Amino acid sequence: MLLLTILSVSVVVVIGIGLYYKSVPVLSNSSWWHLLTSREWKPLKGLFGFFPFIMGTLWVTGIAIIIALPLCLLSSFYITEYAPHRVRKILVPFVNLLSGIPPVIFGVWGVLFIIPLIQNHIAPHFVEFSTGYSVLAGGIVLAVMIFPLIVSIVCEVLATIPKELKEASLSLGATKWETIRKVYLRKATPGIIAAAVLAISRAFGETIAVLMVCGNNAAVPHSVFDSGYPLPALIANNYGEMLSIPMYDSALMFAALLLFIIILLFNIISRVILTRLERRLAA
Amino acid sequence: MTRRKLEENFFRILMLMSIIVVAGSFFLIVGTIFYKGVPFMNWDMITKIPGGGFYIGKEGGVLNAIIGSLYVAGGATVLGLLISIPVAIYINMYLGNRNVIANSLRIAFDVLFGIPSIVYGAFGFLIMVYFGIKASLLGGILAVTLLVIPILVRTLDEVIITVPKELRDASLALGATRWEMSKVVLRQIRPGIFTAILLSFGRAIGDVASVLFTAGFSDNIPTSLHQPAATLPLAIFFQLGSPVEEVQGRAYASALILTIVVLIITVLSSLLAKRFSKNKIQ
Repeated sequence: MLLLTILSVSVVVVIGIGLYYKSVPVLSNSSWWHLLTSREWKPLKGLFGFFPFIMGTLWVTGIAIIIALPLCLLSSFYITEYAPHRVRKILVPFVNLLSGIPPVIFGVWGVLFIIPLIQNHIAPHFVEFSTGYSVLAGGIVLAVMIFPLIVSIVCEVLATIPKELKEASLSLGATKWETIRKVYLRKATPGIIAAAVLAISRAFGETIAVLMVCGNNAAVPHSVFDSGYPLPALIANNYGEMLSIPMYDSALMFAALLLFIIILLFNIISRVILTRLERRLAA
Repeated sequence: MTRRKLEENFFRILMLMSIIVVAGSFFLIVGTIFYKGVPFMNWDMITKIPGGGFYIGKEGGVLNAIIGSLYVAGGATVLGLLISIPVAIYINMYLGNRNVIANSLRIAFDVLFGIPSIVYGAFGFLIMVYFGIKASLLGGILAVTLLVIPILVRTLDEVIITVPKELRDASLALGATRWEMSKVVLRQIRPGIFTAILLSFGRAIGDVASVLFTAGFSDNIPTSLHQPAATLPLAIFFQLGSPVEEVQGRAYASALILTIVVLIITVLSSLLAKRFSKNKIQ
């Protein structure tokens, strides 16, 4: 049992080492800095600049979190503070059901619903022409995907706030909203940050849904209606040619390593915050 | 005073609106999939493998992908359970609840849970290249197993915590070894194990990025571990990319199948979890 435990936990380390080992060839060709900031993506010439892909990922993730965070915070406040018990019993299962839907279904939904919506109804107000396949579409689909994650964590965090604080604030004549704004928000800030960081890292690594709606054009997006090409999509899209072009597999593994490192850091940070909160509650 | 009232009402309405958006998005997604998928749904879809010219709109179904997905998700869940039950027992029974190492292990599994499936896929691919395994059912199962272990361990862990401490103490006091005590606990959490199985199966059957490199794709139902296997999400992805309208329609129908399967699994597991929490000894 000890052995199995060690083995399964050490997967983290083994993944890191394996991916690094594989990306050594591309790293020996050019520096980290160069790989991260160069815009030239010409695999046939051995030029691997990840800047467009990193920007694509950042745009999509940014849009997703900007849409999802306020909606989810307000929803969590509603669920924990306002909703009558019966309504809560109906609402929460739907949020949970949403978390069970596989990514590819979100992708299909994005293609069938969000893309036409952007193409025909949103984009025409702002730009001359857009196919709908854009970082905005990716952001919206991702936002919906991270709804359940943020709502469930924030609800748990809100539950850790002592009831006395709320009652004190209400008894001093504050309205419910004032209590939320001045007591809850302040108390729950670390937890909310942890939830947001966790959601960001989820959005960072999401592959197939984003791949299906983002347009996959290796250029730095300049507006929300431009297409983008996030890192995970890059890896997924090119695995076929990976072994036929020299260095290509190494470059893609470098992309995976990049994702891995960023997400590992984000996850550790947010988990440590959340565990501390939990422990404070237990004490 | 009125300004405060106004503010209160304004935000109350805003909150109500956002919960409608959040919970409503579920209906929007499922509704879209049903609306588009039902017209293309027919018996052939789930009973036949792709016939000749399937990808230009001729007849056939996605039975190959359905079976492939069941194999991959089932295999990964079984393999995952074999690994994660001992791990969960070790963390709880041998290390204890408040142990520093146990808590670090929990964080480690949470972190593993957060690693995206594309990284598992890429890593699985690396291993397969290293050992010279071709894209096959075996490769897919291995990659997905890595993906579901954290889910299984953490779910089992949370369930084991709910077992009353008195029960463990009683069995230890009767002279049981820790392993014998674990057997008592395992009997208590049987429904919890089932919930964990469903959760892991649901995640495994819907995941694409991990099987993309590792399981390959095939029009036939795999008959051995070394043959490539189609999976339902991947089939949806490929068909949707086709310019032929018939094939796109099949993608919608396949998406409908997957959605229904996953919804059934999710509902079952939450029902089970509810029953479990009702029956547990306080």
